Amino acid sequence: MAGEAELRLREQLSRLRSLPLLRGAKLSGELERLQKQLDRIVAEPSDEEIWQSVELARHPDRPYTLDYVERLLDDWFELHGDNHHGDDAALVAGLGRFRGRTVVLLGNQKGRDVKERTRRNFGMAYPEGYGKAMRAMELAERHGFPILSLVDIPGAYPGVTAEQHGQGGAIARSQAHLARLHVPVVACVIGEGGSGGAIATALADRVLMQENSIYTVISPEGCAAILWRDAGEARKAAAAFKPDAAHCLELGVIDAIVPEPAEGAHTDPDEAARLLGDALAESLEPLEGQSGEELRRQRRVRFRTIGQVPVTR
Amino acid sequence: MTERIDVSIEHRHAPAADGGKPHPNTCPKCGSHYRDDELAASLYVCTQCGHHFPVHARDRIEQLTDADSFVEDAAELRSDDPLEFFDLRPYTERLAEAELSTGLGEAMVIGRAAIDDLPCQVAVMEFGFMGGSMGRVVGEKFARACEGAAERGVPLVSVTTTGGARMQEGILSLMQLPKTVCAVEDLHDSGGTLISVMAHPTTAGVLASFASLGDVLVAEPGALLSFTGPRVVQQTTREKLPEDFGLAEANFRHGHIDAIVPRPELRATLAKLLRLFANGR
Repeated sequence: MAGEAELRLREQLSRLRSLPLLRGAKLSGELERLQKQLDRIVAEPSDEEIWQSVELARHPDRPYTLDYVERLLDDWFELHGDNHHGDDAALVAGLGRFRGRTVVLLGNQKGRDVKERTRRNFGMAYPEGYGKAMRAMELAERHGFPILSLVDIPGAYPGVTAEQHGQGGAIARSQAHLARLHVPVVACVIGEGGSGGAIATALADRVLMQENSIYTVISPEGCAAILWRDAGEARKAAAAFKPDAAHCLELGVIDAIVPEPAEGAHTDPDEAARLLGDALAESLEPLEGQSGEELRRQRRVRFRTIGQVPVTR
Repeated sequence: MTERIDVSIEHRHAPAADGGKPHPNTCPKCGSHYRDDELAASLYVCTQCGHHFPVHARDRIEQLTDADSFVEDAAELRSDDPLEFFDLRPYTERLAEAELSTGLGEAMVIGRAAIDDLPCQVAVMEFGFMGGSMGRVVGEKFARACEGAAERGVPLVSVTTTGGARMQEGILSLMQLPKTVCAVEDLHDSGGTLISVMAHPTTAGVLASFASLGDVLVAEPGALLSFTGPRVVQQTTREKLPEDFGLAEANFRHGHIDAIVPRPELRATLAKLLRLFANGR
């Protein structure tokens, strides 16, 4: 596996290597990070490594959105409710200070213990969650706050009430809201990027993935149940549809991979947060200098041109 | 005046064509059986009970648009196999088979047309092509239909019948959701109109993207419009499902669609909407 992503990284690397070392340690960290990404890309992940990503992305000790909020944002103020009739605890939104600027943060939130898991509905949002997200997006637009979106959702909740409250339409409108914004939007998949439920808050200017996260059109189990007629074939399904960060980067779906501590984010949440914070800031900075119109136009172009133009035969 | 004798009733519960599957011309609701020409004449609606049979994309275009007005665009687009996807069979084999059985290059047909002399752009899905699933070519065709509508300054009419995103294209198929959403936003910014007609079934990734973003949303009677299908909801939640779970009628009751339009009235309804959005122009 090679291609554009590899070329881009090689170019970045050689540019960095030739720079006078003004920024010292930070730059060498950057070099190391790029080299690591490059190594990952050149060595195509094996089926076993892909499955390892699936397991790490779902690890019960993996840091969730609020773990990162605690470590990355000051003056966090959480917004509650969709202003219609509910507050969905599976999707959090709020205001905070991120490295010197006020941001709106959106994030899917799972629970640690049985009680919290139930309260957070295992991180699976209802339409009310997307209602809250849209309200927060409008707030960001009104005040010119950039948006950070942390994606970690097994999938939008598949239940009777969720359908009655318009799950499909909510996901569509949440994306449409993002497509209209004049403020910068940076999204990062920090665990499971599960299908429509994930893209609802990931139509962003820059999309990142943590090293051991996955981004999927359907859960490996769901895909296996449909195509193999056996949910137990999830490993085969994952190997076939390649949901790992390296493949998503190669396919041009994401812009960069955010490194994690060696054994995975759950082994050192502080270090994972530092790496995530650096990556979010690095993505956000160049966007902040652009006009709102330009941001919006480029965001739409990004998704208009994702994947290659289909071939004609 | 001679009373028309209904012969179709005698074909009730016609023998299964193959493998126990009911014959496609047998109404799954009341068991009435029809000849091909009878079904075509009734717009593929059961004259006994009103059940709406599936309609192929080409037939749908013929039903809805003025004779000889349709000019197809982007017919040459074909999917490739970006992931070299292989489940029980290679994706490329499934694609070739779908093209052979439907005579279409992909699960969506787009082009320019007119309804009651009102020009419009159309994007019509074909369920027979891999369950009407949306991969990169369907996303691209829909985006081009939006662009075509904006360029010509005419409304876009989409007719959806789909199981959602095409798993065989992995994450790239999920990317068709934001892609089509952005295309609708561009169309709307240009002052353009999207009229979304949802036929059975319109589910998952297509419901969660462009199909829900029409200026007007109409559905055919009995169409399943749900993000998650009833079987998966049942299995995941063990909830007892209401009898009309996810159907157009339930969606109408809950305020998610503007109208349920029986197929024989669809063309006239679209013509009315096109006149309204043209606003005398």
